[in-house]
Amino acid sequence: MKETRTCMGMPITVEIVDDGQNTKQALDAAFLYFHSVDEMFSTYKPESEITKINRREIQEEEYSQEVKTVFALAKKTKEQTRGYFDIMLERGICDPSGLVKGWALSNAAKIIEERGHKNFYVEASGDIQTAGVNAQGTSWTVGIKNPFNVHEIVKVLFVSDCGIATSGTYTQGQHIYNPHDRFCPIVDIVSLTVVGPNAYEADRFATAAFAMGTEGIHFIERLEGCEGYMIDAGGIATMTSGFGRYTLL
Amino acid sequence: MKRMVAIMNQGVISFRITNVSVFFAVEHPVPFFMRIKKILFSFVIIVTFSLYVVYQRKEDNRQSAGVAPSVTNTDSVFQEQQPSAPASVPIQTPAPIQKPAQSLGMYRDGTYTGSVADAYYGNIQVQATISAGTIIDVTFLQHPNDRRTSIFINDQAMPILSREALTVQSAQVDSVSGATDSSQAFQQSLAYALSQARN
Repeated sequence: MKETRTCMGMPITVEIVDDGQNTKQALDAAFLYFHSVDEMFSTYKPESEITKINRREIQEEEYSQEVKTVFALAKKTKEQTRGYFDIMLERGICDPSGLVKGWALSNAAKIIEERGHKNFYVEASGDIQTAGVNAQGTSWTVGIKNPFNVHEIVKVLFVSDCGIATSGTYTQGQHIYNPHDRFCPIVDIVSLTVVGPNAYEADRFATAAFAMGTEGIHFIERLEGCEGYMIDAGGIATMTSGFGRYTLL
Repeated sequence: MKRMVAIMNQGVISFRITNVSVFFAVEHPVPFFMRIKKILFSFVIIVTFSLYVVYQRKEDNRQSAGVAPSVTNTDSVFQEQQPSAPASVPIQTPAPIQKPAQSLGMYRDGTYTGSVADAYYGNIQVQATISAGTIIDVTFLQHPNDRRTSIFINDQAMPILSREALTVQSAQVDSVSGATDSSQAFQQSLAYALSQARN
């Protein structure tokens, strides 16, 4: 059973391979969770917790557990990426969207798993977490979009229990910047895909690694448990040394 | 008479010459350093040259120690690799001094600590990290304090990552990963408006 709904400002897809158990219930539970995340973390909702925090209407002691968790994860990620991942914008506003998407996907996957489903995937606007196998009984196949033509794919990945995230500037324009040099746009690379153990890891490191430019792929190479595929402005892809395990049949 | 004059003349000349040197010796005493000025001059030349040589050697050493300021990786916060028994690795050519390497690359995976080596201006000790059979990082454990500690590991030293030209795939896939499709702001705004419209 597969469904796509708009939530958190983006199309979110959940597909659960029918296994006799109540897949509709699990599907609904997942979307309900995404909706609750949106209520808390949407920077576009005037009544969301994050908006109130940015307007200084809530004190730190009053933060909800989820917000505290996300802030703690963001702090840890900032340290691990030497500041290349930073949810604080220069205006003193906090925007944790770069972490919330992957984090929410990983949590939704746990919700589905807890209901006894082993074969499914959740996808939110290009970030994916897969579990088990597809309805044909083979690994889930995930294509990497061609940054130069978004209707094409340039790579096919075969993944089972993984998280995949792609950072890029080819659709929204320059919205990722180098926190160490905010006036310098990232121009040498256009897309960086990270395959990690779950969507949370893939998302946060894809965001940070992209901000590093061509050095990003080396950062992913050094990360235990993550592989990467970087596409530069000249249309040449560089992959980490273990990336091949996701492309071989 | 002529001979006597000649002899007398000679005597007079020699006497006069002698007189002159005696005259100088008595009326103008020679200073010590004037007498050994050749030796002094040579000494100054030698000292100047030696200082120049020493200065040049210092310059050479400073240039060979470090190049660019960027540090690519010192502490691997996320990485957790189990080191094999530390082997002694010479600085110039890190080579495994252990059992034959895996077929993947020349080196066994792990972190290896080099011996402490005298680099003339101080001690150096490096630690090499091997992953997937190739050297991915070299860190200083010991370094002379007056030298820059950062070392630039360029693409030649790091493992050369595989590259390929993009090729369009025609396979059918379950899902696609790419950068966000359309303006997030628009989507968010629309979603919120629609959620209000729902009864």
